[in-house]
Amino acid sequence: MGKKILLEHINVPGIETYEVFRKMGGYASVEKALKTKTPLEVVEEVKKSGLRGRGGAGFPTGLKWSFIDKKSGNPRHLVCNADESEPGTFKDRYLMEKIPHLLIEGMITSSFALEAHLSYIYIRGEYMWVFRILEKAIKEAYANGWLGKNILGTGYDLDVHVTCGAGAYICGEETALIESLEGKRGNPRIKPPFPAVVGVYGNPTVVNNVETIMDVPWIVNNGGEEFAKFGIGKSTGTKLISASGNIRKPGVYEIELSIPVEEFVMSDEYCGGMQTDRPLKACVPGGSSVPILPANLLFKTAKGETRLMTYESMSDGGFASGSMIGSGGFIVYDDRACVVRNTWNFARFYHHESCGQCSPCREGTGWMEKILWRLEHGFGNMEDIDLLWDIQRKIEGNTICPLGDAAAWPVAAAIRHFRDEFEFHVKFPEKIKDRKHFEKEPWEQVKHLLNKEAVLV
Amino acid sequence: MGLAEVTKEEVKFSDKLLARIAELKSHFPAGKHKSALLTVLHEVQDQHNNWLSVPVMDKVAEVLNVLPIEVYEVVTFYTMYNQQPVGKYMFEFCRTSCCCLRGAEDIMEYTCNKLGVEEGQVTPDGMFSVKGTECLGACGYAPMLQLGDYYHEFLTPEKMDKLIDDCRAGNVKFYSEVN
Repeated sequence: MGKKILLEHINVPGIETYEVFRKMGGYASVEKALKTKTPLEVVEEVKKSGLRGRGGAGFPTGLKWSFIDKKSGNPRHLVCNADESEPGTFKDRYLMEKIPHLLIEGMITSSFALEAHLSYIYIRGEYMWVFRILEKAIKEAYANGWLGKNILGTGYDLDVHVTCGAGAYICGEETALIESLEGKRGNPRIKPPFPAVVGVYGNPTVVNNVETIMDVPWIVNNGGEEFAKFGIGKSTGTKLISASGNIRKPGVYEIELSIPVEEFVMSDEYCGGMQTDRPLKACVPGGSSVPILPANLLFKTAKGETRLMTYESMSDGGFASGSMIGSGGFIVYDDRACVVRNTWNFARFYHHESCGQCSPCREGTGWMEKILWRLEHGFGNMEDIDLLWDIQRKIEGNTICPLGDAAAWPVAAAIRHFRDEFEFHVKFPEKIKDRKHFEKEPWEQVKHLLNKEAVLV
Repeated sequence: MGLAEVTKEEVKFSDKLLARIAELKSHFPAGKHKSALLTVLHEVQDQHNNWLSVPVMDKVAEVLNVLPIEVYEVVTFYTMYNQQPVGKYMFEFCRTSCCCLRGAEDIMEYTCNKLGVEEGQVTPDGMFSVKGTECLGACGYAPMLQLGDYYHEFLTPEKMDKLIDDCRAGNVKFYSEVN
């Protein structure tokens, strides 16, 4: 069994309640931090741990905290990003549902480190029952003296509240989240200024993912150096992976950031191998935005080295032959899946979720969806593939927020690794009429038709 | 539904709802009460047949002391706010990639056929509507749907039959209670 930091007590009956959580040592980090450490010491501890943002970007958390503006003297805020909406990702929901008090504990300890006195948890509107769970947990924390005025007699005051979104993926982007928290449309802001200087209500703000904040209590209790002992290199600690798709045991797994990808997919401790006897075709290892990897590049890098579940190894080879660990949304495809259909599905998602602020994204996502629809439905032509490539290239890097990149990357990777499948859709429209076209005749069995045609031409 | 003909003055918020709105406003600093808007709209929608008519939005603006346009622009941005009447039981199926790998399209088709509607439609008796939505964050428990505040996961045709029967019998909880 690999090391468990977040899920260590997940199977303790009643761990979702305040009483059991407390009995298992919950809220100890609040006592330790408030009574024995200065805020700066907590920041240092987190820096030492090497903890990186678990929402997807992987930016070092301690460093992010150290950017918070202190000169202005304005009130500071910590905002927990619980807007989890990256397709393939469902770990934060699991954590909040099963062990809500750990998030409240992390909020208090982290707010103390930032010297914030008013902090928020912003949760996606669809998780309404989880919103209620968090509201209850916050009330219990107030009732037991962990929140409010003069916490533990240390003179530290903190209010934490939960607020919600209403079905907009874009609000997972931190500046859009801030806009939404202020009761507005979720249009991302231009950076700079960064939230660390101008955030919620114009005040210095840090936005952190649920999992990131929940890692903080362990780091404070055990020390940053202990945390850094798990994992490899700059990928320290553990990470939750949301595994879905054609595997035997979909679910949320905590891994050390060091295990081989093959072990994660095939071992019974994690995914348990493939769902049926159909072979692995591809994998999106870090949520829908990251490049799809064909089976031959998943367990081994292009150099033939074992690919590991780490930030570095997952991106080995750059976008040419690697991907990203991202949010840990690990989607596995067997040979029944159609890459063109999947890419169209993702493109529809990004078109639907584009906020409409920047024209390359607003127009480009819709255009890509239309082209992918016609390719998938047998109405495409060869130029469409190059057109798609051209559009995605013109979106990437040309928008205020990374949603444009997130929409472009899956399209680029699909064409890069599976171009022949796109060509097959153009040349054999009758073969792809049924939406389950590769279920009856898997790609491996029909792809020879492309070569045969090439010879005839 | 008929609510569309009602004027703002005729829209009444219950004392319980008004108290809840006041509580939500208190979570934000003085003068920043607009921050409560998204949560308030959820609570108001729950109390108004799961949709927000213009008079209801105007009432929210009045209670929250913001301009009506500030409410409209939020309601039109976020997909969870319904601007038109929906079925009493709205089945919102996740149809993003991960769910599709586990048969989301099949179960949605099955439900549409069973209820005699197409995606996006309401049954003539106003009981059910079927909607396709983007990723709901339940990829490992697919196929799934959202009904009110709750998720129904690992769906099968049999489970769907039972859910529909339970809805018809009024045995399905779809709004969570405020603590």
